[in-house]
Amino acid sequence: MCGIAGLIYKDKSVNIGTQLQAMLQALKHRGEDSTGYALYGDTDGKNFIMRFKVGENVGEGSSSVNEETSVYDERIKIVNAHILSMGAKIIKEERILPYSLRYEVSYDEKDLRDFSRKIESVPGVEILSMGKSLEVIKDLGNAKDVCDRYNLDKIVGTHAIGHARMATESGVDIKSAHPFWGYPFSDVSVVHNGQLTNYWNNRRMLENEGMRFMSECDSELIAVYLAKKLRDGATLEEGMRDSLKGLDGVFTYFVATKDSLGMAKDTMAAKPLVLYESDNLIAMGSEEIAIRAILPQEIDTYDPYDGEVKVWQI
Amino acid sequence: MANLKTTDKKSTSQSMGMHTELLTGRTQQKFFNPSEAENFFYFGTYDVDFNKRTELDVKEMTAPEVNKEIDNLMSKGFGTIVIKNPQGKHSLGVGILNKLNLIFEGSLGYFGMGSCDGPTVRINGRVGWSCAENLMAGKVVIEKNAGSCFGAAIRGGDLICKGSVGARTGIDMKGGTIIVGGDAGAFTGFMMQRGRIIILGDVGINLGDSMYDGTIFIGGKIGSFGSDAVPADLTVSDQDWLKRKLKVAEIGEKFDVSKMTKIVSGKKLWNYDNLEPAEKKGAI
Repeated sequence: MCGIAGLIYKDKSVNIGTQLQAMLQALKHRGEDSTGYALYGDTDGKNFIMRFKVGENVGEGSSSVNEETSVYDERIKIVNAHILSMGAKIIKEERILPYSLRYEVSYDEKDLRDFSRKIESVPGVEILSMGKSLEVIKDLGNAKDVCDRYNLDKIVGTHAIGHARMATESGVDIKSAHPFWGYPFSDVSVVHNGQLTNYWNNRRMLENEGMRFMSECDSELIAVYLAKKLRDGATLEEGMRDSLKGLDGVFTYFVATKDSLGMAKDTMAAKPLVLYESDNLIAMGSEEIAIRAILPQEIDTYDPYDGEVKVWQI
Repeated sequence: MANLKTTDKKSTSQSMGMHTELLTGRTQQKFFNPSEAENFFYFGTYDVDFNKRTELDVKEMTAPEVNKEIDNLMSKGFGTIVIKNPQGKHSLGVGILNKLNLIFEGSLGYFGMGSCDGPTVRINGRVGWSCAENLMAGKVVIEKNAGSCFGAAIRGGDLICKGSVGARTGIDMKGGTIIVGGDAGAFTGFMMQRGRIIILGDVGINLGDSMYDGTIFIGGKIGSFGSDAVPADLTVSDQDWLKRKLKVAEIGEKFDVSKMTKIVSGKKLWNYDNLEPAEKKGAI
């Protein structure tokens, strides 16, 4: 089933990790195989924040294979060497969990593709996100589990999107969890609720054009599809509108960039979305109770219609 | 084969175009006989006094607790119940089978007022997906917007939304009336079998897709017609009924009903033979 939530403050920063946690926890009945956050925190904008994993969570319910921690250590050493070989510099290094890391990296190149390819050439390593503001954190368990595990309640920022997953199309693991980074574009992330029926056709076509897939989760296609459109020069909104024709199936998805948040709904409006819009806050989720988790007072909300695309800027 | 008896008598609903098939054989509808009322017991119902009023704050309660408490209050004779702070909870007010004035001060989540038979409900907020699904009788009024699948599979009663509604409004409905003051999304009246839908605003694509029967009235623009949904003449009888219904619903009383578009089934996909179950029974 899965649940998605997103919010954007236009004129202030808040404790965005706590707010998204509350929204996603309200949706945990829609799936708690894994939960993911794409948080756009306040930073000085100088360095890239790279969230990456060197292995999988092999806890209860996981479909991943157990690996020794020493394997992770070895992968980290190679990643560090690759970063230096690309002319980048590690400013800050945090190992949040044995398999999950957060680096602040000084890197002057705008195109992150070569950099990402080099890092991900290490078997078992995946960059979850890379950006000047974006941090993608995803792991097994419900929203509170993941928030507590990664101390997300301390992150202050303007906007965020998140996903509570009931695994149906692919395994219970971090690589199949949402949000997906819009590789190789800095600060682009996607969450999705639904099923895409032309996944393989699109995937084959996009891979032939040099795009990268890390999982077999159909939702990843949206991130890759939009990244391809951005690479071809389209604006985010143009790419999203195009996706209504190019993607077949039922879906509601959110996209976020450094300074914007967008939503798109398929032409049959088969997947739910409730939206609250005010002058300074947009909050949306698969169910109204997600919005109520941060706005308990009586508010006016509505369901966007079929084929609707909306983008809000800070 | 059973000894089937055909009736040529046209009912009022048939003459108004609500349905056209002749009811025959063992499958024809049997209506309740009021003279047998003293022998009739409807499980789960109570004698309530509409003047006996109470309020219930449900902020800290779960949906099953709320529904159980509504049942408990009805068993004590309360005929008017005001629910405070519903806060978008799912499945509130489901399965109420008797007359009751129920007022929600706030919004409901999914499946609110499902499978009800008789209550008069006012929701001073919005509702999520599948509001009043399977409604048998009664009246449900929503003051703000509603989500998708509004009035799915209702069999009777009046379901009124003063705001706009999502997609698939009245999907699979088998009777009753749905009235919407604002706009409606795609696939409105999808596979409807009986009953009537009134939308005063615009509707999305595939209006009345694969409808078996029933009637849809649209006041605004139509995105597109669905398979086998066709426009029909708006009769004087239709207009009278629309005026009356909008007045009773306290919605769009001044609306010019003469400009509405009437949509019915083209019956090309129609394959709804009410003899079939009897024939199957005979064969067995």
